[in-house]
Formats: sequence, structure tokens, C-alpha cells
Amino acid sequence: MATRIAHLFTRLAQERRKGLIAYLTAGDPSPEHTPRLVAALERGGADLIELGVPFSDPIADGPVIQRAGYRSLAAGTTLARVLEMAARIRKTSEVPLLLFTYLNPVVRFGFDRLALEAKAAGIDGVLLTDASVEEAAPYLPPLRAAGLDTVFLGAPTSTSRRLKLVAEYSTGFVYLVSRTGVTGEQTALSDSIGPLVAAMRAVTDLPLAVGFGISRPEHVAEVARTADAVVVGSAIVRLIEERAALPSLEADLEAFTRELKRPLLEVRP
Amino acid sequence: MLISEPDAGGHFGVYGGRYVPEVLMSPLEELETAYREARQDPAFHEELDHLLRTYVGRPTPLYYAKRLSESLGGARIYLKREDLLHTGAHKINNALGQALLARRMGKKRIIAETGAGQHGVATATVCALFGLQCIVYMGEEDMRRQRLNVFRMRLLGAEVVGVSAGSRTLKDAISEAMRDWVTNVGTTHYLLGSVLGAHPYPAMVRDFHRVIGVESREQMLAVEGRLPHRIYACVGGGSNAIGMFHAFLSDSDVRLIGVEAGGRGAELGQHAARFSGGAPGVLHGALSYVLQDDDGQVALTHSVSAGLDYASVGPEHVRLREIGRTEYTSCQDGAALEAAQLLCRTEGIIPALESAHGLAEMIREAPRAQGEIFLLNLSGRGDKDIDIYRENLKDLDAD
Repeated sequence: MATRIAHLFTRLAQERRKGLIAYLTAGDPSPEHTPRLVAALERGGADLIELGVPFSDPIADGPVIQRAGYRSLAAGTTLARVLEMAARIRKTSEVPLLLFTYLNPVVRFGFDRLALEAKAAGIDGVLLTDASVEEAAPYLPPLRAAGLDTVFLGAPTSTSRRLKLVAEYSTGFVYLVSRTGVTGEQTALSDSIGPLVAAMRAVTDLPLAVGFGISRPEHVAEVARTADAVVVGSAIVRLIEERAALPSLEADLEAFTRELKRPLLEVRP
Repeated sequence: MLISEPDAGGHFGVYGGRYVPEVLMSPLEELETAYREARQDPAFHEELDHLLRTYVGRPTPLYYAKRLSESLGGARIYLKREDLLHTGAHKINNALGQALLARRMGKKRIIAETGAGQHGVATATVCALFGLQCIVYMGEEDMRRQRLNVFRMRLLGAEVVGVSAGSRTLKDAISEAMRDWVTNVGTTHYLLGSVLGAHPYPAMVRDFHRVIGVESREQMLAVEGRLPHRIYACVGGGSNAIGMFHAFLSDSDVRLIGVEAGGRGAELGQHAARFSGGAPGVLHGALSYVLQDDDGQVALTHSVSAGLDYASVGPEHVRLREIGRTEYTSCQDGAALEAAQLLCRTEGIIPALESAHGLAEMIREAPRAQGEIFLLNLSGRGDKDIDIYRENLKDLDAD
């Protein structure tokens, strides 16, 4: 049973295009904003949306996404409400949705319940930020049974044994972390991207997305030379933070997304 | 014979493990390997033991608290004097062990988190001793509460970085230290200060503190010719408690009692009593008991004692409680302050507020335990807490 995520990467390959993945913290600045912001990202050309679930102790996130999480929690966001947002998005859109979450809210919610309710809400896959493949493995069967993809992270520090494990447990695609560090914009791209993509290609046929520290169209262009998709997170979340109160928020977000997407529109040989 | 060791993945029962982003998995494996090799290297133990003796001040005395015992009229009370160690608390046992390990691994930059500041001071101390760069993350609320320790760390050459996120206490300091480690993992050793975090930390930190119980057991046999009936220790992350308890795990007649911070009361957010108010959850790398709300968001905590003010607890404690070997209770701020004053006036010992929690529970039980022997791990001294004692005992501070 192929998910929207699998269909997306099949289509991108057929069209010889690379994908743009956009991250935003669900519920930032309020749960009401999220479906409209996702629509703006989609209009701007985002091929896949990562819906971040806010967590009180986001150890893998830099200041921008930390602040978004605190705003979202203050606005009353819970995992259940994120699923409601997904269901609202799904009423009008077929964009693939990946739930991007720390483990504890899901442990509390229950994996069996998440599998059923996330699927019903139109979520296509789940990425558990702070669960190694070893710890996550026992939790995966209900997600798989519900037809949800499980995406894991590969990192520049991962040994080839670990990259193999990450690939083995991932479905849909593998998310490669561009550098050792937390989420956040960088002025220059990390040198580890090329070698990491190559090392991962050697052990899997799954599509590869690269994220962390990618914030500008020129970064997107550079990363897309090797990866199948490029993830932009903090730069989007910062734009939402800076313009939350402006009437032009959605138009600005759409325009920024279009800028990020532009380098990916050229069909490659 | 009860042996409590984690499985290959670092699990005590189902608790513990390695719940971290992938970027930290290989570094944790590397640390585990380095630690295993160090453990098997006689030269490592020789240097550690030598420094524990000549620099840290081990062994610490086992002291019979005669006036305290008599004033309570029940159990005979012994104190394990970890408060007499260099830097004023048990924390240096672990800081020294991990610093030696970091040096072995060729890591020249050390980061640490601290709550009360005792672990930060111990880390700053061993970094000065070995000429290592030292950065300590500390919640801004804790910096305010433990100003003296902030200055001590700086005096010892460490950089203290204030953390303004969340509750601005230990939880947020650990999060920030983990972010630093994720970013600088190639050059940096994270010198974690309690039996918390991802494997191998809970087992490794415990091993470095195990000496507390090993010494106590020998000393008690030498003085009393028998083992104590009950052993008390405060439990924040639980490093002093596990270090004391471990040597007694197979002595099934010895009751092992951990005392958590009851804070101001039983309402979520007002205490740090994980075993009465928490539920299984994942925080900072391990599955343990976590104070949290119904949505899995980690709760804020309160304790008069910064070192106990944390939402989770060492995973081995959870396992030992599950199999019925250890028991846990809690003590509120007021009882800890009162117990500390009794120790001051009967024995001339000003305890750390953390240790005062274990003391308070022991004092509560002692009058009803005629003929029994109690042992308390007096894990730290109260010099660092003078400002808090002054704030809370205003009648002593009037001219």
C-alpha cells in the first residue's frame, strides 16, 4: 500500500525533479493558523509538509524552532489537536503530511491510538526525532499496520552499520541531517552533505532528503545536486515568527516558498 | 545475589536505553567502548584511586551521630560523610572518573549541566586539575539560587552559561548541554552529573559513585559488626543514592529508602516526587518516570533544593523499585529545612538541602525504630545553601 509519500517520490523521479519539503511547527502561532499556512506553503510549491509537534524539551532544536514550540504550546496545541489540524488540511489538499515529533507526547498518547487516528486524519508518515531505530523498533508495528511511513534520521556521525540500520527501518524516504548540530539556519552549507548522501546511497534505494541548516534558494540548489529532496525548516518558522501579525503573512510565506522552489523547477537530465 | 546491570542496549528492565537523536548514537557507542576499556585497565583504576585518596579525600568517615540519635530516642544513626569531600559533595567521585575518561578519549572540551551547582563546581575543579576547557550550563533560576557556586565555578576557570528557556532550572540546563553536545560532539565530552541520560551514563555514573556504598558497608561491619537496618538517601537524579545502595543490593535485610523532593505539595508543578506523581516517559535520553501532563509535556517542578528539582529520575531506580528492592518516599521543603536545623544543633553539621531531605525522612522514622541502625548518605554540605537558609529562616537573620 503505497502512501502519498511514496507516490510523491515516484512522481518526482519520473519527472526528473527534486522535491521541496517544508517544516513548520503545528499550532504556531495558533492552531487556527496552521491549515492556512500549509496551504500557502503548498501554493508556493512545497511537495511535502512536515508538521512539527511542539514539545516542552526540544533537545534537537535550535532557538527558532524552540520559540515556535513554546508559542504553540502556549496556544494550547496538543498531539490530538495537531491531528485535527491535519484532518482540516486533508479536506482540501492531497499534499503528503509527515508528523515530526519527539517521542514522549506519542508515548503518552499511545502508539496504537496514534496509528489509527493519524491515518484517519490523513497523516502519511511519522518521524520520531529522539528515538534511535533500536528504541523505536518495538513501536513501529502498529504504525506500519495502519499504512503509515516511518522515516528515520541519518547523521554525519552515523557509522555505515548505523546507516544500514536507519535505511532498514525507514519507509518512504530517509532524512539525512546535513551536519552535527541542532536545527537552525546557517550561512554556509556543511561539507558533510556530499559524503553522507553517497554513503547512504551505497546502502539503500530509498529516496534521500537532506535537512538542517538549509535556508536559502542557493542552498536548495546545491543540496538538490545530490539529494532527492531538500528540507527547509527554521527559515520558514522564522518568517512565520516575524510576520505572524501582518496581513501579508500567507502571501509572504508563499512567495518565500516559491523562491526556495525555483532552483528545483528545472528538469534535470 | 541481586545483580543490577543494564542489558546491551542500556535497559534496566524496560527503563533506560538510548532515546536520542541519531547524531548522538555513534558517539554514545564510542563512549561506551572507551568506558569498557578503561574499566578493564588497571592503570585507569590506579590513577582514579590515587586521586580519590590524595586529592578528593576518600575514604570518607562513617560517623555515629550520637547526639542526634539520643535526641530522637530511637534508632542509632550513622552518617556517611560525603559532605567532607573536596568541593563539598559526592559529585566529585563521578566528575573525576569521567574527566579521566575524557582525557583518555582525547577530548579537551568538557561540558556539563548543573542544578545546585555542586556538579558544576566538581566539573570545573577536575577540568582545572587536568587543564581541560570547561563550560557549565545552568538555569538562570538556579544561578540566582546558587550564586556562590556560580562564582566558584568561574573562579576555577569555567565558563558558566545561563539558560533562560523553560523553567530555567536543571531540566533546561540538561537540554542546552545536549544541544551543545549534538553540535560539538567530535571535540567534546559531556560530563553528565547524575545517573540520568542515555546509556552508558546511568551505569557509568553509578560505577563511579559505587565506592560510597562499598566503603560504608566495610565501615559499618567494622564498627557495628553488622549491616544497618535501613539506609536513607535523597534522590534527585539519584546518583548519591544509587552509589550508596548498590553495594547493599544483595543484603536483602537492609531496607534501601530514597527520598524525593515533596516541594510545597502534591499538585503537579509544586514538587519533584516522580514516583508518586509521575508516569513512564522519555526525557533526556532515557525511559524513566517523568512528571508530565496528560499530553506528554514535561511538567515544571519545584523544590527548595535545586539539586532535587528535576522532572525525571535515574532509570535504575525505577527498575529497583519495580522489583521491590528499593522504596521511595518524599519530604516537603519545610520538613527538610527543619531537619537541617536539628542536625546543625545536635551535631554541628550544616547539611546540603538535598541531603536534608533524606535526613528528614530518617528523623521522622527514627523515634519508632528502637534497636535499629540507620545510615544516611550525607551527600553534601550546606555552605552553598546559606542564602536559602537565610531566606527561609528569617528569625535567625534579624539583628
